[in-house]
Amino acid sequence: MSHEKSLQSRRNALKCLAYGGAGTLFALSGGVFTPIDLALAGTDKQGTAGLGKPLFVQISDTHIGFNKDANPDVNGTLTQTIDLVNGLPEQPALIIHTGDITHLSKPAEFDLAQQLFSTLRTAEMHTVPGEHDTTDATVSEYFKRFGKASDNNGYYSFDHAGVHFIGLINVLQFKPGGLGTLGAEQLAWVNADLKGRSSSTPLVIFAHMPLWTVYEPWGWGTGDADQLMVPLRRFGSVTVLNGHIHQIVQKVEGNVTFHTARSTAYPQPAAGVGTGPGPLKVPAEQLAQMLGVTRVSEVKHPHSLALNDMTIART
Amino acid sequence: MNKLYLLAMLWMVALSAPAAGETPDSNRIVVKDFMFAPNSLTIKAGSSVTWANLDDEPHNVVSDAGLFRSGAMDTNESFSFKFDKPGTYHFTCSIHPRMVGTIVVQ
Repeated sequence: MSHEKSLQSRRNALKCLAYGGAGTLFALSGGVFTPIDLALAGTDKQGTAGLGKPLFVQISDTHIGFNKDANPDVNGTLTQTIDLVNGLPEQPALIIHTGDITHLSKPAEFDLAQQLFSTLRTAEMHTVPGEHDTTDATVSEYFKRFGKASDNNGYYSFDHAGVHFIGLINVLQFKPGGLGTLGAEQLAWVNADLKGRSSSTPLVIFAHMPLWTVYEPWGWGTGDADQLMVPLRRFGSVTVLNGHIHQIVQKVEGNVTFHTARSTAYPQPAAGVGTGPGPLKVPAEQLAQMLGVTRVSEVKHPHSLALNDMTIART
Repeated sequence: MNKLYLLAMLWMVALSAPAAGETPDSNRIVVKDFMFAPNSLTIKAGSSVTWANLDDEPHNVVSDAGLFRSGAMDTNESFSFKFDKPGTYHFTCSIHPRMVGTIVVQ
């Protein structure tokens, strides 16, 4: 892909971002993941056909159990999201859920979420917990169901199609008054995990809370994320995917692309607007445009990923 | 594990208890607009504090020292804890860790 073409595809992807709503699709393109609008991906092939093979879809912040005005039917919007993913021309190999599966960490909420996820045509799902998944007294409901991959540590890595994936947990060790925390033990594990890996290996790092400071007064960030960036810098393509803030925010820093996905449940206000990061009630006809997923595709030459955000809005 | 079990029991007891008002010495902290109000309270040893969530967003109350931990309180749910020993107890909402407060027990 020529430089100009790469720029063009990034421009198109950014254009898609402006329409985006319910989900995000990622394709590595020219070294960075480019998000694509899911609504477009479902209906308008030109948005995605040139973006390479679908690698995975990121779903986030499903908040099963939420029942307030901002969206009284989170089961319904998750089902619409699943229909959107199931309807993609080519099914992704993986689903990554970046946390807040449930709203209140209740067993029945987890059970319902799993029941809904089981209708995805793509069976392989990788998860990390959000702070809403770990509020039960013993912090065990999430791990009972999803802890196996990480041996109950919450962090783990795996390889797929030449891409190295690392799932991290930043919602347990809160420092009062502060941001999310990875902690020394997890950071040491990341260093060890990456040691000896070729710098040309594309990396996908996923965690619930943003791994950069989006807005400190609302805790939208991770206090020790700068230490995580140190071992990542030598890699040619790093994509950092988060949820938590229920809206798309993207930043590119060198070879690292940071991207947050939409929720499938309800939007949140932009940073600093209103009294806090609570559910944002929007007119009913606007809701679908603010919910969605991110699809990630792989572009082989050069080996890279492209991101594409999709909404559940009908076009 | 015993400690976790105890915490689980405390949590269930606390959440199943009737909302604020049942104890004559009840001290109430309202959780609204992502703030504890008041965020500092001085009480007598042996009395209880009740936190009541009025936000559309769930909050919880977690003792920094590990003394107590509520479950997620949804809208209009509350949590109570009895403070037996004098001291200064800091607490946080672990869902929104910028929300902090202090109980001084005399």
